Amino acid sequence: MAKEPKKEELLQSISYKAPKTFWMDTPTEIKPGMFCWGAKAKSLNVVGLPNARDWNPTEEDWKLPENWQEILIEGLRERLDKYRSLRLFLDICVRCGACADKCHFYIGTGDPKNMPVVRGELMRSVYRKYFTTPGKVFGKLAGAREMDLQVLKEWWTYFFQCTECRRCSVFCPYGIDHAEITIAGRELLNLLGLNIEWIQGPVSNCYMKGNHLGLEPQTIVSNVEFMVDDIETLTGIRINPTFNRKGAEILFVTPSGDLFADPGTYTCMGYLMLFHELGLDYTWSTYASEGGNFGFFTSNEMAKRLNAKIYAEAKRLGVKWILGGECGHMWRLVHQYMDTWNGPADFLEVPKSPITGTVFENARTTKMTHIIEFTADLMKHGKLKLDPSRNDHLKVTFHDSCNTSRGMGVFEEPRFVLKNICRNFYEMPRETIKEQTFCCGSGSGLNAGEDMELRLRGGLARANAVKYVHDKHDVNMLANICAIDRASLTTSMNYWVPGVTVAGVHELVANALVMKGEKKRETDLRGEPLPSAEEEISVEARAVAQAEGEKLGGEANV
Amino acid sequence: MKALLPFLAVVFLVLLVIAGVKAAGLYFVFGVLVPYAAAAVFLLGFVYRVVKWGKTPVPFHIPTTCGQQKSLPWIKPNGIENPSGTGGVVIRMLLEVFLFRSLFKNRKTKMKGEYLTYAWAPWLWLSGMAFHWSFLFIVIRHLRFFFQSVPVPVQAIEHLDSILNWGVPALYITDVIFLAAVTYLFLRRVTLSQVKAITLPADFFPLFLLFGIGASGVLMRYYTRVDVVGVKELVMGLVSLHPAVVSGIGTIFYIHLFLISTLFAYFPWSKLVHAGGVFLSPTRNLSNNSRVVRHVNPWSYPVKVHTYEEYEDDFREKMKMAGVPVERE
Repeated sequence: MAKEPKKEELLQSISYKAPKTFWMDTPTEIKPGMFCWGAKAKSLNVVGLPNARDWNPTEEDWKLPENWQEILIEGLRERLDKYRSLRLFLDICVRCGACADKCHFYIGTGDPKNMPVVRGELMRSVYRKYFTTPGKVFGKLAGAREMDLQVLKEWWTYFFQCTECRRCSVFCPYGIDHAEITIAGRELLNLLGLNIEWIQGPVSNCYMKGNHLGLEPQTIVSNVEFMVDDIETLTGIRINPTFNRKGAEILFVTPSGDLFADPGTYTCMGYLMLFHELGLDYTWSTYASEGGNFGFFTSNEMAKRLNAKIYAEAKRLGVKWILGGECGHMWRLVHQYMDTWNGPADFLEVPKSPITGTVFENARTTKMTHIIEFTADLMKHGKLKLDPSRNDHLKVTFHDSCNTSRGMGVFEEPRFVLKNICRNFYEMPRETIKEQTFCCGSGSGLNAGEDMELRLRGGLARANAVKYVHDKHDVNMLANICAIDRASLTTSMNYWVPGVTVAGVHELVANALVMKGEKKRETDLRGEPLPSAEEEISVEARAVAQAEGEKLGGEANV
Repeated sequence: MKALLPFLAVVFLVLLVIAGVKAAGLYFVFGVLVPYAAAAVFLLGFVYRVVKWGKTPVPFHIPTTCGQQKSLPWIKPNGIENPSGTGGVVIRMLLEVFLFRSLFKNRKTKMKGEYLTYAWAPWLWLSGMAFHWSFLFIVIRHLRFFFQSVPVPVQAIEHLDSILNWGVPALYITDVIFLAAVTYLFLRRVTLSQVKAITLPADFFPLFLLFGIGASGVLMRYYTRVDVVGVKELVMGLVSLHPAVVSGIGTIFYIHLFLISTLFAYFPWSKLVHAGGVFLSPTRNLSNNSRVVRHVNPWSYPVKVHTYEEYEDDFREKMKMAGVPVERE
């Protein structure tokens, strides 16, 4: 692993003044700390992806098939005919530059090739050469270039320096989404076995064992048992979650990161405590034990192959509907892809909260509801006894995840929940939240160890906005609804804004949740001492919920 | 340097007209053949491009959502930035096409002291709006050459455009705005570091072409007057498909006409097709209803999956040990 750069040095190295040489004439450097290791033969073989061999990106020879150019160009042709987004976005960019400084990787590196428009040009230049008349006739003058080894290495470098966050597409006057370019670019690279191991490893794990981390069924059970023990210590209440239980009303699916390491495990304890308190008839699955999908960072087909487990398991277990945990890209896929890939889920029912009776009409066809929608509904109906003072030691801000923001529009639900469970909430600057939110810097499978400098650079924009509220309001807790955020923002905060910790919203929900028959809580879920003794607060919480509900334009039906 | 070749190309086009019309007297070529050819290339090319996009499937439902989703009944959705139905999509598209709404959101990212700042940066939006709207007004004004009697809306626009009533003939405001906007769009490409870094020769060519069109038009109207009656006769001949060569119009008109013809012919094969493409952009023209209505991928095919049965075969004993129910003991 490359040495982590010093904070001051890193900041000083960023310049937004473009270098003298045009990007097309600037050779690509594969720098330590800025790239991930190549996919291993065994990981590619598990799922039958081509050109499986061990290779090293820093070596000259990438062990490519003889006719790699042909494979790539034919692959591009196929995708141009399959995706209007790709063909259109390659055709209509006018290079106005509105997207240039909107990318967190550009902001953190100053590298022109990280301007979304240039990321697009990496592919567009090749597209021109092989698929357009001006490009064929005028060549470089028309911005066209041959697909050679140098270009291939450039593609590999920069398509793995994009987290598919879609911030560029918010500002583009034509809605050009460079995630679509990156997605296609990675698919093409995968035709040559050029994935990164940090993605390919989890993909093969997920395929065989049901989750990215490769947790086998007995490990999942024991990991949850550990959490159940901790919950008992904390509350005096013994929870008995079930696994692969047929006939349960609800199947719960969450990213496996929540089962594995903190702070994700605290979020998971939050789910367990909430569901127990509600007496929810739900089950975990060890087979569909992954909400996330690194297949999506490999190819559309791979994503579909991994995603298939969710509906298949829901059908096998005979549940009525599916509840999904806190995760970013998982939710973009559930929301925009899952039904198209593996639906129709006509064996399921439209999700209905057994507690409030609310029918989630917005999940009418997918039959899958986001836990933040589920919990917001509970709070709106006053179904939870909450003591927000248990979060008084926290000054909270909320990080909108890229995917739930720009691929769904989940903005008010988490804010409503947070305002019900903590009394110190501060927003980051408007240009850095909601649809304009910044990526954690490590999305789309780039949260490895060996590319730490890239991640810290990519995380700068988000961290800087946190720093702002940390400096101004002493914010010390960065709440979010994404498993990758929980892991990667922790790293980013330790580097950029020490003193700020990271938590899933449902960890904070569980802190505030007053459970029936619980003993007096001395600490929060992390074992930190609580600031003050419990107060009789549920009445106040209901009032807050009612006021918030009215502010959001709904009727006060608490 | 990237600007030089496109500049020379436009100069060459101008010289070509001077040589062809003034020296060789090829009035029919430049007055009839070229405009017809350009119009044909434009129409066929544009239709070809749009049909090609239109025939390419949209396999997934990928709107970029820029506002609150429609979820629970008591949360107010943003029906325009995150439309849940066709009405919202239509409004979103209209705002995009007529007001360049996304571009309006532009911010300039800068590091100021310890903090990144995002200052509102409307200049690109403003110049884009100025360019496209003045261009539209100018095109509408030119319709006077296409009708025997000038339609009332065209007259109204002419009136509005010359409302300042400066000089003889009265100055059209849009002429000034058009040339100023094109000049600004050029200047930002040669001065702003980030824009300079992304600019290709193909970005300069249409700008020079547009400037040439505007400049030749302005010259004709305000300085070297041309025979307007003759121009109208020529254009009416062209649109009524009874083309006739009209003599004595003046070379400057043929330069204007040739540059326009070039723009038309160039249009479908260049980035200028964004004019049609913007309507088909799947991140903008889809409503955010993919959990409510199933989106079908026309080329979807079955894929190889790892089934539950295979999974249980791999882990049966471990599952039993851990108390996880199994299908086959």
